[in-house]
Amino acid sequence: MAIEQQQPLNAYIRVYSKEALAKARLLDQQRKEGKPMGKLHGVVIGLKDVIAYKDHPLTAASHILQDYVSIYNATAVDKMLAEEAILIGHLNCDEFAMGSSNENSAYGKVLNARCNSRVPGGSSGGSAVAVQAGLCMVSLGSDTGGSVRQPADFCGILGLKPTYGRVSRYGLIAYASSFDQIGIFAHTIGDVALLLEVIAGVDEFDSTVKKEKAPVWKEAPDQKYRIAYFKEALDHPGLDPEIREAILTRTEQWRQAGHTIEAIDFELLGYIVPAYYVLTTAEASSNLARFDGVRYGYRTKDKDLELTEFYKRTRSEGFGREVKRRILLGTFVLSAGYYDAYFTKAQQVRQLLVERTNLIFKNFDIIILPTAPTTAWRIGEKMDDPIAMYLADIYTVYANLTGIPGISIPLFGHTNGMPFGVQAMTSHFNEVSLLQFSHQMMQQ
Amino acid sequence: MTINYDAYEIVIGLEVHAQLLTRTKLFCGDSAAFGGEPNTHVSPITLGLPGSLPRLNGKAVEFAIKMGLTCHCEIERNNYFARKNYFYPDLPKGYQTSQHTTPVCKGGWVRIRTTAGERDIRLNRIHLEEDAGKSIHDVIPDATAIDLNRAGVPLIEIVTEPDLRSGDEAYAYLTELRKTLRYLDICDGNMEEGSMRCDANISVRLKGETRLGTKVEVKNLNSIRNVRRAIEIESRRLIELVATGQTVQQQTRSFDAAEGTTFALRTKEEANDYRYFTDPDLPPFQVTDAFLESIKASIPPLPEQLVQKYTRELQLPEYDARVICDDRDSAAYFEQLITHTTNYKAAANWLLGPVRSGLNEKSMDWKDLPVRPESLARLIRLVEEGGLSFSIAAERIFPVLMSEPHRDALEIATALNLIQSSDTSEIAAWIEQALAGMPDKVSEYKKGKKGLIGLFVGEVKKLSKGKADPKLTNQLLLEKLEN
Repeated sequence: MAIEQQQPLNAYIRVYSKEALAKARLLDQQRKEGKPMGKLHGVVIGLKDVIAYKDHPLTAASHILQDYVSIYNATAVDKMLAEEAILIGHLNCDEFAMGSSNENSAYGKVLNARCNSRVPGGSSGGSAVAVQAGLCMVSLGSDTGGSVRQPADFCGILGLKPTYGRVSRYGLIAYASSFDQIGIFAHTIGDVALLLEVIAGVDEFDSTVKKEKAPVWKEAPDQKYRIAYFKEALDHPGLDPEIREAILTRTEQWRQAGHTIEAIDFELLGYIVPAYYVLTTAEASSNLARFDGVRYGYRTKDKDLELTEFYKRTRSEGFGREVKRRILLGTFVLSAGYYDAYFTKAQQVRQLLVERTNLIFKNFDIIILPTAPTTAWRIGEKMDDPIAMYLADIYTVYANLTGIPGISIPLFGHTNGMPFGVQAMTSHFNEVSLLQFSHQMMQQ
Repeated sequence: MTINYDAYEIVIGLEVHAQLLTRTKLFCGDSAAFGGEPNTHVSPITLGLPGSLPRLNGKAVEFAIKMGLTCHCEIERNNYFARKNYFYPDLPKGYQTSQHTTPVCKGGWVRIRTTAGERDIRLNRIHLEEDAGKSIHDVIPDATAIDLNRAGVPLIEIVTEPDLRSGDEAYAYLTELRKTLRYLDICDGNMEEGSMRCDANISVRLKGETRLGTKVEVKNLNSIRNVRRAIEIESRRLIELVATGQTVQQQTRSFDAAEGTTFALRTKEEANDYRYFTDPDLPPFQVTDAFLESIKASIPPLPEQLVQKYTRELQLPEYDARVICDDRDSAAYFEQLITHTTNYKAAANWLLGPVRSGLNEKSMDWKDLPVRPESLARLIRLVEEGGLSFSIAAERIFPVLMSEPHRDALEIATALNLIQSSDTSEIAAWIEQALAGMPDKVSEYKKGKKGLIGLFVGEVKKLSKGKADPKLTNQLLLEKLEN
């Protein structure tokens, strides 16, 4: 099968082929009997290995969850199963969704199907490559700072991060709770829209989901949009000039097609990445405290350790480098004496960003930005420079800090042979409009 | 050197954790009931499994506010929960979700009554938090077992200002607090089972000194009496340290009830940095006017109001009223009883006398009292109407009602042949018989030894087995002897 042939890409951590075939046969049978079909009848879907699927292992690509089996379904999984989806397997990712290249996995790195010496992006690299290489029809990832949009960009497919509070996080292993959203990878807007419609909505198990009408999408080909982009973002020295050029040229075409395009000042751009890493690592340091070897998962082999030593040993051995780095960072920014200088300050930045963003959406329908400053880099290229890796998130973390929805639209090809896209965002809970815009742009 | 203990003032602040009697836990639908087979009240949320999220139990908020309103606290309208981060095996998420910076109830006071009179103890706050699980060290050799049934059970923490000055005051405060919790029906106040727990912060200083001394925190106090004892023992130790020029170390100590001593658990230097921050999984919650009003309306009459009612409207002595109101269930019983009888004093006498001793004999609580209020009211009426003497009713009828509560007082009295006779001819016959048995006493009486009348009455009582109406007996005897 395709998945087996493409095993070197390492997109899947586990494939549930027997189950999937059995389910497919069952659905075929039911269809023949004339039973009404679910919205996702027979759609083959892959799950990032941070999304709980009852009676299946769940590892977050970490040794610390080795042999852990979930005893319950994520709400999104329940909803997809209710619509007769076929869940084909759990997909590789950066450990605990921490990373931008999918090189931080206990199950090995994932390769970009377009060019095997390049990274697929991260953290949902497996989810992106599985759709890119046709190893499932659509997939779910999670996006805390760009982990859906950036790998979609690197792999030349669509990647949507819904509004914070649109999709239940119940059953999604938390990285940074006030940033995390389950996101969608697909080839077409119709696929993105359908999957979103199924997994969105209130959930008694996640009180951060808002009561909003289900986002039901239909095409709006003649809609004209007021589009803004941030001057500082396009002028950023780290941005690949070819990407800059492609986006500016395309916006000029949009202008000619009757849309309004405006470059606006966004002086807060320089604060975005620092604020993001302070707040997300703070939340992560607390969210990952439960992985302690007491109740489940990896436990150090050393016996007769005193309690504190037991925790230290288990967690030092169980977590990978990047995860430990972020736990340490987060613990530091929350510790007495540093709290106000880092955590409180970053919260203030976040508040400013939200206020500024709400103002922008009074005058504009869409904000566009690059998804990433470069195309997919070579494997190993940034592994020794975490700061450079963090800075590559400059365009995506903005949507997570403010909670707005964002999508990466695959529109371009680079002279280096790699694809790239453009990122579009709308105001909170305006995904329908975001999808309509994206669809129109993909038709041109 | 002799130490003048009286030269020192003891300063005490209490932190009380009260487990709320909600059906489910603070952040999930698992049962919050005490006990159960280990690890049976546990869903993915209690277990803190990867991906699980909390959701707030509104009932717990309601209970906390109920306590706050009763204790005259200011109610915080905009609330959120924080995470208190630390590692412990019985803390499944690696943090405790607690109200740290915004307690739902601020300030307030509790009125206590000691031999020195009444005094108001100021509260600092009442806040909501989740309980941890239990580490059990003695079921598996060389290992600790974890029971997470208790993990996530809602608690309120009630914190006083350092206003208490003695073990007796602490005793009175805790008694009052427990009474209030039970009246509100939000905590069963059982310190032995740990549904109410108390830590005492104790310091000493010379009388007249305004600065606080270095405090120690004493834990593991499993009864109100032990809180008093621990305070007495620990404050003596502190006074001895200070009086002999030694320094008090800021410490957490444990009380050993069997030894009557305290010992250090840890010192301040080992204190944790809990890295509190707002729990991003729980959106802030608002207390609306409507919610507050509905809580106010649901507060039942409290002991102080009932004491007022019983002394003013029912004309009961204050002592009777207070004793009845000491226990929510005895007050509730009395409330029912007085809907069936207007003889309030008799009703109070019954509760404070025979009913209370009947319960004590069987080691029962008021809520388990089998005798229905209407049934006790009928017994009261029988005595009132002269069909029974109080002592017969209390000693012979009531015990039967206790063991066979479905029976009727009159029916029991009749069956036991205890109904007082007011049949003059029957009593006259007993008198004849009595006097005939002691002719010499009769002649002594007639010669002027009038005091013998008591002997004759007693004899008639004996012959009638208590059934002869004593008043009528007296009257008929006089008629008989004087003629």
